[in-house]
Amino acid sequence: MSIEIVNVGKRFGDFVALDEVSVSIPSGRLTALLGPSGGGKSTLLRIVAGLERADTGKVEIEGVDATGLPPQKRNVGFVFQQYAAFKHLSVRRNVAFGLEIRKRPKDEIRRRVDELLALVHLEQFADRLPAQLSGGQRQRMALARALAVEPTVLLLDEPFGALDAKVRKELRDWLRRLHDEVHVTTVFVTHDQEEALEVADEIVVINDGRVEQIGSPDELYDRPANEFVMRFLGPVTQLGDQLVRPHDLQLSTEGGDQAGLPGRVTRVTRIGFEIRVEVTADDGQTVTVTLTRNEFLALGIQADSAVRIRLAPNSPTTTATSPAQRAAAPSLAATH
Amino acid sequence: MTSTTLVPDRPAGNRRSAPGGLPLTRVSGLGLGVAMVWFSLLVLIPLAAVAVTASQGGWSGFWRTVTNEQTAATIRLTVGTALLVTLVNIVMGTLIAWVLVRDRFFGKRALEILIDVPFALPTIVAGLVLLSLYGPGSPLGVNIANTRIAVFLAFLFVTLPFIVRTVQPVLAELDPEVEEAAASLGSSRYTTFRRIVLPSLTPAIAAGAALSFARAVGEYGSLVLLSGNLPMRTEVASVRILSSIENDNPDSAAAVAVVLLAISLAVIVVLDAIQRRVMRRG
Repeated sequence: MSIEIVNVGKRFGDFVALDEVSVSIPSGRLTALLGPSGGGKSTLLRIVAGLERADTGKVEIEGVDATGLPPQKRNVGFVFQQYAAFKHLSVRRNVAFGLEIRKRPKDEIRRRVDELLALVHLEQFADRLPAQLSGGQRQRMALARALAVEPTVLLLDEPFGALDAKVRKELRDWLRRLHDEVHVTTVFVTHDQEEALEVADEIVVINDGRVEQIGSPDELYDRPANEFVMRFLGPVTQLGDQLVRPHDLQLSTEGGDQAGLPGRVTRVTRIGFEIRVEVTADDGQTVTVTLTRNEFLALGIQADSAVRIRLAPNSPTTTATSPAQRAAAPSLAATH
Repeated sequence: MTSTTLVPDRPAGNRRSAPGGLPLTRVSGLGLGVAMVWFSLLVLIPLAAVAVTASQGGWSGFWRTVTNEQTAATIRLTVGTALLVTLVNIVMGTLIAWVLVRDRFFGKRALEILIDVPFALPTIVAGLVLLSLYGPGSPLGVNIANTRIAVFLAFLFVTLPFIVRTVQPVLAELDPEVEEAAASLGSSRYTTFRRIVLPSLTPAIAAGAALSFARAVGEYGSLVLLSGNLPMRTEVASVRILSSIENDNPDSAAAVAVVLLAISLAVIVVLDAIQRRVMRRG
């Protein structure tokens, strides 16, 4: 295990940011700390980097107890959401900073910086100031700067949070491929479940200062440990007392299969390739079902059609504890 | 080795288009005209008048005036002390600004306000305060009246706020994450200060230093009571200018004024050059 976090607790005044958190982060993998804002994931990352001190617990990096070490001695690379560029230094000098501090020979620094600039595709911007770069370029510079010192672990705090949607998607793909080349143990914080599912080898879901679940993207999506994870990772709707994914529901018309919960279509909304069908069950519950366009056309339903709702076999479900929590969860569906 | 691809980089915005500003329109032309007239009336014409008055006695007259033993001594004392005070302010002003921005302590608000007292106080009041505290009847038993220390102290007193006030807002705006980034790259606190924080503060420090120096060179009210104005010992240039006027010798007063002006200008230019160097070096 590359990073071992044991019973780490942290308070800011009365606010409990982290409550006895224990996580093991494997070597050479890309791990996401995923959770809502204010859930404690950034605090945990900053504690690993030594930028914040844990009140209790222990942090080990590559077998070395780092709990009391200052950030300078931890050999971690840290990338901030807002780039934290050294504004008065050129891109080249920014990347070279960590090596200059370590008093490496000049030609070695030049060679290494050239290599890194090529890696992040900024060769032709070497002599510019950070202010002359776009947001995505600045973040790539920050990444090269962090990688320059050959850190044992690379930590990224919402690295793409300040970028617009298109650049964010590009950089996400690029980070994944970069990691496949560089293989440095990487932990990144995000509140975007799509980002975590797409990029990470392993996801740690953190909420309210606690770890909700740890697992691969597939495990989390297919076998959510609890209602929070279920709601946070994708759209949900409620069927009886079970939370299910709207795309795991199947509809049938009166003529067909007689299994399932009977109800009536109350609304049909088309969003691009998917059709969102709202069905009011006979017991008054409103269930959202998403279908592809072809499925929808094959069923031939419209508003006020009588239908039956059934859950596809082997679909993930969790028990809904209280409907009141719905509003708080960032789910896409099941809003009324 | 890299198999990764990215969409070709676009140049980042045209934030730096038109480095010399935009071409003049009718309205901005009018604005420029008003600004120039105002600036000329208040600054350029009076300065030119001083220079003209100083040149009335010809080059030899000017040279005789400023190399007069007593006059040269006042200029040396004034400029020397002003430079020394500015150096002290660069260190102390930055330190005070740092404490005010970065530390939390009891009485911080009060200190914030007190910093401006030397600004707000009429300088002759400051002179009176200094005289009663460090003069012959000092309650502290410290008598520095009629010494050069009195000049130094009076300069220090009136120039204290300049660097504090120019550095403080810049320091408050600095992104703490930049220092954290430096720390995680292995930079010690001292190295981070020297290579990351200081270059960002340098323009503000230079601006404050220029103000502080200029203020000290022209200072009169705060030191006139305590320094004793002893010729060749504690007399400063502003006192010398006044006595020249009183002795009906405006040419001589103007000559000293021109020398002070030239030195102040030189100091501002040098400070600007130093600031640019420090900024680049990082």
